Amino acid sequence: MANQQLNSGNPRVDIEYRRKKNAEEMRYQLVSFALMIFLTLIAFSAVYIKGFTAWFTVPFIILLAVVQVIFQLYYFMHMSHKGHEAPSLFLYSGVLVGAVTILAFTTIIWW
Amino acid sequence: MSTYAQKKGFGATLWDFLTTVDHKKIAILYLIAGGFFFLVGGLEAVFIRIQLAVPNNDFVSAGLFNEIITMHGTTMIFLAAMPLVFAFMNAVMPLQIGARDVAFPFVNALGFWLFFFGGIFLNLSWFLGGAPDAGWTSYASLALHSKGHGVDFYILGLQISGIGTLIGGINFLVTIINMRAPGMTYMRMPLFTWTTFVTSALILFAFPPLTVGLVLMMFDRLFGANFFDPTLGGNTVIWEHLFWIFGHPEVYILILPAFGIFSEIFPIFSRKRLFGYSSMVFATVLIGFLGFMVWAHHMFTTGLGPVANAIFAVATMAIGVPTGIKIFNWLLTMWGGSVKFTTPMHWAMAFIPSFLAGGVTGVMLASAAADYQYHDTYFVVAHFHYVIVGGVVFAVFAGTHLYWPKMFGTMLNEVLGKITFWLFFIGFHLTFFIQHFLGLWGMPRRVFTYLPGQGFDAANMVSSIGAAFMGLGVIVMLYNIIITSVKNVKVGNDPWGDGRTLEWAIPSPPPFYNFKQLPLVRGLDAYWLEKMDGKKGMTPAEPLGDIHMPNSSFLPFMMAMGLFIAAFGAMYHVNDKAWALPVMIIGLLVTFGSMFLRSVKDDHGFHIHKEDLMDEEDKGVKA
Repeated sequence: MANQQLNSGNPRVDIEYRRKKNAEEMRYQLVSFALMIFLTLIAFSAVYIKGFTAWFTVPFIILLAVVQVIFQLYYFMHMSHKGHEAPSLFLYSGVLVGAVTILAFTTIIWW
Repeated sequence: MSTYAQKKGFGATLWDFLTTVDHKKIAILYLIAGGFFFLVGGLEAVFIRIQLAVPNNDFVSAGLFNEIITMHGTTMIFLAAMPLVFAFMNAVMPLQIGARDVAFPFVNALGFWLFFFGGIFLNLSWFLGGAPDAGWTSYASLALHSKGHGVDFYILGLQISGIGTLIGGINFLVTIINMRAPGMTYMRMPLFTWTTFVTSALILFAFPPLTVGLVLMMFDRLFGANFFDPTLGGNTVIWEHLFWIFGHPEVYILILPAFGIFSEIFPIFSRKRLFGYSSMVFATVLIGFLGFMVWAHHMFTTGLGPVANAIFAVATMAIGVPTGIKIFNWLLTMWGGSVKFTTPMHWAMAFIPSFLAGGVTGVMLASAAADYQYHDTYFVVAHFHYVIVGGVVFAVFAGTHLYWPKMFGTMLNEVLGKITFWLFFIGFHLTFFIQHFLGLWGMPRRVFTYLPGQGFDAANMVSSIGAAFMGLGVIVMLYNIIITSVKNVKVGNDPWGDGRTLEWAIPSPPPFYNFKQLPLVRGLDAYWLEKMDGKKGMTPAEPLGDIHMPNSSFLPFMMAMGLFIAAFGAMYHVNDKAWALPVMIIGLLVTFGSMFLRSVKDDHGFHIHKEDLMDEEDKGVKA
């Protein structure tokens, strides 16, 4: 896996390959970091700028938040790498259960 | 080296169990504690049936009856059924996947002690001013108006034991994902391991809603919040939803391990591999998935509206499909097999028609329109006792007989086992079959008595006689356990003779490190495969080497006890007792102090050296 240490002491580790892989990884992280800052700025300005109704702003910033969570999970927490099948399965199951709950609460309890 | 060879005094044994982190000993603790609460809950059931045996009875008062039914339900679900299935999961699952222990042995012990202290806390309510009396569902409209501390005991006790269950579930998940022996792919896992896996996932997702519900209820009752009080802008239905979002998966948390135990029994005693293994796995996962989509069928009469009722009705009926797949697979496993009628097999064969009857009434109840008729009658009581007793309790009895040799190294008496079975089986149907009709005739549930001449007299008497039979069955089993333990005739690896999975490849009880060398798994029913190839045991997957083992620790006990003490403080704080706050602080200090100690003090465990393991082999001594 790409997030393994360089100095593992394993002679079979190809240092050059690892270095290249890590550089690539770093590039992704910087790009997504910049994107996340950008998305945060958009979220703040959506709230700051007058003229948008709450019915637009609230779903819009929630959507941006979801995008940020995905960035966070896949680029910073390495879920895009191999060996994360079980965590993703459980994350998505949890999201599903949570979503069903929220759906039920918003449709048949509160409104 | 072997700990089993040495005789130990009572004190040393007690200390050993208080500090153990070994999954096999924790399984025994779960079995003892769960068995104790099963007896307590059973005694409450007997009181209920005595009170209802004749009309206008005054064996217990109306208020006490409410406390008894509440505690019967709560105890049986949370403190008896769950720990008993946890006992088998702990005892068997690590052996089935070829692991030396669960992933986090310390956390495993902590989970047990949290459950235990939560359960004790809940039951102390009997001696401290009255038990909870708002039903095991503790609907907010009743619970908020319950006088005294009964419901507070319910909230805090379940909160503590709930933490224990949750961390136990997470532990099993990590164990199954990470610690399978070489060659043990997901699709080679025995079905009991699969059901443990899915059950643990359900625990992971179902317990948080309960925790949230209990926290809100705690704030309402103890700290003056109004989440569930409609007169102050709250909504009492929110509790019902939160409870059932937990509560429906909870019944699958109970029944799936039961399915797992039966899926082990049928192949062993039919001497055939499980019919349709992959469809069994699929059905298990599907039941787990659908279990989260159906909770509102407990609330059809709350007024959710026709659309919501229709959706939840259809989703509920859909669960009949994977369950049907399982029933047919079990039948076809027996088909053409050389069936041996042992005690576990008796329970397994009786389970199919009994559980099926419960499933059929389940589909009847799932029809939302018809449910308005059945709602809050004894028909519902009959239904859920058919699935829970006919499914879970039968499985617990079956599992006790099947795995007793693996857990304790002795065989329970088969004759007494069959007497237990027939008494309990007859008693069960006598008690609950007639309750379907009581319900259809109009007898409401949760009433403490009824008037003569309404047509309920004879049926209730029949039901109470049945309960006596069940009680006798349990007593025979206790006798069986005692004489088996006194005789103490040890058995070998595979006492049933037809064991198929890894747990039967090692001694009974297994040595504390389980596997000297991790086994190589070459397919489903790994041990059976080796036996069919004419081998005596498993092929090792690794050379003999040092085994890393965890140290025992008293800290799990301390952490759980701290919360137990703190709960008293939190509860009596409402009464402006001067000692309440200090008690709460002391309790929390004990818990967090123990956690701090655990964090700062490195505990690297110890190694069993290769030489010690080899010695035993050379001398021919069984560990």
